[in-house]
Amino acid sequence: MSATPTIAFDAARCDGCGDCMKACVSAKSTVENIAQSRIRIVRDEEAGHWGVAQCRQCGDPRCASVCPAAALAKGDDGIVAWDAERCVNCLICTAGCTFGGIAFSADEHHVVKCDQCAGAPQCVSACTRGALRYVTAANVYNRWGELEDLFVPGLGGCQGCNTELIMRHTLRRVGPNTVLATPPGCIPGMGSVGYNGMLGCKVPVFHPLLTNTASMLTGIRRQHKRKGRNVTALALAGDGGAGDVGFQSLSGAAERGEQILFVCVDNEGYMNTGAQRSGSTTYGAWTATTPIGDSARGKAQDAKNLPLLMMWHGCEYVATASTAFMEDFYAKLEAALDASERGFAYLHLYSPCTSGWRFPSESNIEVARKAVETNFAVLWEYRREQGLTLSRDIDDPLPVTDYLKLLGKFRHLDPAQIAHIEHHVAEQAQVLRELAGMRAREGKRIVCHPSDSMAVDLDQ
Amino acid sequence: MEQFDYVVLGASHAGLEALRAIRAHDADGSIAVLDREARLPVSPTVLPYVVSGKCSEDRIALRERSWFDAQRVDYRQQAAAAALDTANARLRLADGREIGYGKLLLATGAAPALPPIEGLSDVRFHVLRTLDDALALRDVASKAGRSAGSAVVLGAGLVGMHAAENLVRAGARVTIVEMRGQVLPGYFDAAAAARIEAVFRDKGVEVLTSRRVKQVAARDEGCRVLLDGSEARDADLLLVAAGVRPEVSYLAGSGVSVERGIVVDEFMRTAADNVWAAGDVVQTPSFFGDGTPAGGILPDAVEQGRTAGMSMAGDPTLRPYPGGVSLNTYGFFGRRALSVGRDAPEQAGPEWDVLVRGGEGARGYLKLVLRDGRLQGIFGVDVLFDPGIMWELILRRVEIGAHLDALLENPQDTARALMSGLWR
Repeated sequence: MSATPTIAFDAARCDGCGDCMKACVSAKSTVENIAQSRIRIVRDEEAGHWGVAQCRQCGDPRCASVCPAAALAKGDDGIVAWDAERCVNCLICTAGCTFGGIAFSADEHHVVKCDQCAGAPQCVSACTRGALRYVTAANVYNRWGELEDLFVPGLGGCQGCNTELIMRHTLRRVGPNTVLATPPGCIPGMGSVGYNGMLGCKVPVFHPLLTNTASMLTGIRRQHKRKGRNVTALALAGDGGAGDVGFQSLSGAAERGEQILFVCVDNEGYMNTGAQRSGSTTYGAWTATTPIGDSARGKAQDAKNLPLLMMWHGCEYVATASTAFMEDFYAKLEAALDASERGFAYLHLYSPCTSGWRFPSESNIEVARKAVETNFAVLWEYRREQGLTLSRDIDDPLPVTDYLKLLGKFRHLDPAQIAHIEHHVAEQAQVLRELAGMRAREGKRIVCHPSDSMAVDLDQ
Repeated sequence: MEQFDYVVLGASHAGLEALRAIRAHDADGSIAVLDREARLPVSPTVLPYVVSGKCSEDRIALRERSWFDAQRVDYRQQAAAAALDTANARLRLADGREIGYGKLLLATGAAPALPPIEGLSDVRFHVLRTLDDALALRDVASKAGRSAGSAVVLGAGLVGMHAAENLVRAGARVTIVEMRGQVLPGYFDAAAAARIEAVFRDKGVEVLTSRRVKQVAARDEGCRVLLDGSEARDADLLLVAAGVRPEVSYLAGSGVSVERGIVVDEFMRTAADNVWAAGDVVQTPSFFGDGTPAGGILPDAVEQGRTAGMSMAGDPTLRPYPGGVSLNTYGFFGRRALSVGRDAPEQAGPEWDVLVRGGEGARGYLKLVLRDGRLQGIFGVDVLFDPGIMWELILRRVEIGAHLDALLENPQDTARALMSGLWR
């Protein structure tokens, strides 16, 4: 069974205008009656919000399991399809569905349900407030699912960590023609380094020092090229191995334009060794080395913006990504892989740490999503030729506190610290907004003034 | 002797859902599905529509053979169980062969129950449980209809009511005899049943409730049905639809405990090791923990099948079966009746609330039954709501509270709003 697109509903954005229902009726029903809409927006007066009843195209649809006439079945396109020829109008499907997704239509004299309008749901198009979204992220999982998983089963990550997801999905796409470096950190800690394809991963993998990852990959890539082999040199490093201890070799390789794909999995600290602070730890955060006490109130400095630092190296490609936005991550991984054929590609992934940041293991993706939606972690992309582009709108963020309150490491924050963080987040967003505004594009070219001749004759 | 990790006995709703649940967790274990029928699996629930001619018998299979192949399941027809040896984990089939199992699911369903009526074994009568029954009934029903013959239906359950409608539509003169005080007992409350009964009477069906059949005797091609009070009806066609009994003949001496059906725990395990049971063969415990009739409900059979399959495969997301809740969707003469849950007892204490909309003469009827502010049952005739959502509201013991009036006024949208807030 494959994953398939879905229609997502955000109650907070719905104002009950009913345009989705009107669009559905005009697209699907032979009768102009709003009651025939396959999507129903309903008001819960008690709770004071709008709700939705619509077919979820369930993975194991119970409407189909209970149908005595085999008139309902989930197709390869993910749609639970209704067969008018087979349906006997017994309505047992309406007893099987707990979502109100299939219901009898008095006007049409049979059950009706959503079919997502063959990939172009009219209700979503009609929603001007963004309360309905057509989520196609599942498609990338299907495409990726067909690629070989090059890590063996049983990586030993902490419960709820998204790093395994990052590792497996990255290597699936980068493929078997790869030499992988995993410097000290959570990633080798999870067991990335093994042998015989029975442990660790199924591509050549090594465990450099924290300091020399990019240097070793430089040599490996160059030597393979010299031998006429085009091998992807891939690093999966933590923020310490990239931006702190590993920064000298990383900066050097980036500046030289080595053909490397360097992926930094940023969990904002040395989490593998007991959650010590790093240069990527953000202001106010608790770590083992920035404790909370009578005078100490967590980290006293802001994090350095490592991806922006990498951008200023003039890399071929730099981007930030999040596992809460997988389509965006996949698109950036494609671009980074492509760019690493020409020069240095750097991909920065936000990796909420369930144990070190102190939040429940089931909410990793939610934390990652809130980080992005509050502008705490902005998603952007830099291409040497095009400059910096924002990956999503950052002008209407959620309050930063929506993110901070999810995390135990921020529980002690006082109002002044929160104000500091809010200011810093806004400032970083403004810097990125301005960088995005000055990118070279049509009608706004970079102006340069070439001189006619060298002022000094170097030969003399 | 052949050996399988899983053997599923029966290929109707419970067995098929168990199969899906097993494969969802165990991609590799060997599975055999043994069906006593000689054709692809068919739901008993669809049979009235075969009788009416609404569906043709070659388009009702629940699964095609290719589906079993795709699941890598060894699907066998005409494989009826004769005996079960739980000590040695072996099943003996009617043809003498033996099959060993790691885990076994008994999903053999039920067969028509025949009431102890004098003379019944000496006359021609019909039942409706298998496709063969349906095809036979379809032939005689249309014949009886064409000749404006007479038909007597014993039992006013769903099978009997569906058949009565089909017969009267075909042109026959129909009498329904029900020993209990209303039609569809156990499915609908008395008021809803009275409305349904009135529709049948309007269509010319004679409905006799609180009546018993004393004796039947052969007469020409058909029979003569003698009622209590010494009235009689002549019948060119006699349909016995007096309920079902679990198909457990092969379980004698097996150690599997059988009362009104196979006794199971909340994970559908029987008294014997490595033997599960699900569907109509099971004595379904009531969700309400009372004497409310439970079982024989298609969505319940699916839930039981899923629970059994997950338990057999060791799926860690397994949750206990919550118990049966009566649940019916019933269409008659182009109208619809829906029921979920139970009615209030006759001597209901103050913790019970019963709200009714649509009295005598009103087109729609709706009744809500609550106990301690939580939904216990909802019954409607010509009022639409989502039975699946109501079922979930009952199972979750949701407090209806301030939504009560709205639920009575507009059950569909109100319950959908509750759903959207609670489990969307």
